[in-house]
Amino acid sequence: MAASSSRAQVLSLYRRLLKESRSFPSYNYRTYALRRVRDAFRENRSVEDPKALEQLLNKARDSLAIIQRQVSIGKMYETQRTVVEPEPKNL
Amino acid sequence: MMSKNVTRTLLSSMRGISSSPRLNYPQSSVSASKREREVIKSRELEKDELRPLYMDFQATTPMDPRVLDTMLPYQVNYYGNPHSRTHAYGWESEAAMEKARKQVADLIGADPREIVFTSGATESNNMSIKGVARFYKAKKKHVITTQIEHKCVLDSCRVLESEGFEVTYLPVKSNGLIDLQQLDETIRPDTSLVSVMTVNNEIGVKQPIKEIGHICRSKNLFFHTDAAQAIGKIPINVSDLKVDLMSISGHKIYGPKGVGALYVRRRPRVRIEPLQSGGGQERGLRSGTVPTPLAVGLGAACELAQQEMEYDHARVSVLANRLVQKIMSEVPDVVMNGDPEQRYPGCINLSFAYVEGESLLMALKDVALSSGSACTSASLEPSYVLRAIGADEDLAHSSIRFGIGRFTTEEEVDYTAEKCIQQVRRLREMSPLWEMVQEGVDLKSIKWTQH
Repeated sequence: MAASSSRAQVLSLYRRLLKESRSFPSYNYRTYALRRVRDAFRENRSVEDPKALEQLLNKARDSLAIIQRQVSIGKMYETQRTVVEPEPKNL
Repeated sequence: MMSKNVTRTLLSSMRGISSSPRLNYPQSSVSASKREREVIKSRELEKDELRPLYMDFQATTPMDPRVLDTMLPYQVNYYGNPHSRTHAYGWESEAAMEKARKQVADLIGADPREIVFTSGATESNNMSIKGVARFYKAKKKHVITTQIEHKCVLDSCRVLESEGFEVTYLPVKSNGLIDLQQLDETIRPDTSLVSVMTVNNEIGVKQPIKEIGHICRSKNLFFHTDAAQAIGKIPINVSDLKVDLMSISGHKIYGPKGVGALYVRRRPRVRIEPLQSGGGQERGLRSGTVPTPLAVGLGAACELAQQEMEYDHARVSVLANRLVQKIMSEVPDVVMNGDPEQRYPGCINLSFAYVEGESLLMALKDVALSSGSACTSASLEPSYVLRAIGADEDLAHSSIRFGIGRFTTEEEVDYTAEKCIQQVRRLREMSPLWEMVQEGVDLKSIKWTQH
């Protein structure tokens, strides 16, 4: 019911956040975003309180919007790869 | 003797110094910066060249995308002057500026009315030191600071000296910390201000701010701290620390460059003589229009820093340990400068004995590093901070600062450590000094001939 629908919501948000984070052209922003998203979801894995959950979901939604905007900006001003980055696969 | 002379010459040519090796900073800073241009040349990266890693988070930090996101609307649509009182453009900017002021205040446990926006920590430091000293100059003529402060603090003090003030530059112990007893004894009835930085920008040591604050409060004098490197990285509360003035910088905490703040205590009230005259913004302490987008960015960076402090600190500690362990386990004769305990872990200053710091920096061209503060990186002279902690001239010459921050990855740390180990080994193999040490010669026993 309520629990399972929110679980689905959480999972969907999590996937979208990771997918979007992967598109950061900057190596450091990309790795940070991925790491931070994973750690934040892991940290709050056992939150049950619906109010707290709703708050966290809203925060995640805001973050998703920020990441989407910042990825677009990043793509406008792309720069060289850093020395530790692997070569992009599909180029 | 002959062979030692040769060695001296070799060493000199390695360093690019042909005259006396013990020149001190004021005499040679100009020629040093000329030489510098020959040593590490600046150039633009080619289009398809790989970018070096960034390992210089004490010099500046990249802006956090979340900060940029809050700033952009104020660079695009909300361009009103925050001091305009007659229209909506002004009101919306003012509201944003006041929100930012509160975010800064919350990070350090202050009241928003105690926060003054400035152009950065340099301005905040100038304002506090010159401002307080000049305001109370009728009765008080003495200022205390330390030998390892940032250049802008030391230079502000020099200016005060030329105006007839007396300044005491406290030495630090070999671990980089000041001696509280000595501070206590240095305080005079006519001391108006003590200025000690919270976290040092070169060696990362954390001064006992709370104890200093206590001493200053009990003796009824003002205490200023330059917290540019500490804010958002370690918990700071101005009431606990009994700090009267605190300098904050935006670009050290993943915020925009060109903005900072000064905390000025209201109770007991600290009076300062403003540096700038003009429209009387910021309670008359800092005239000039507050740059709304930058202030908003600073506020956002402070709020983020507060949320992320624990997470960032844990991660930076892990990465810093990883770097130090890797290097120290592979290379002998590496010294970590500054107190091993009382420090911010993200600033690691290592001296690689028998290796020239500049040569190592050149060899590590894939990593953006520095031998000390960016302000003095044009000079080949060893840093005055390292000399103040009593580091041997040679060790001071061979130091490198590794700055780790929010966006540093394990791969970057591993890459840096690996390159560093490889290059130190290579440079040592070329070094006549290293060869002599391997043969068991005690370098300290050699009397170098000067020529």
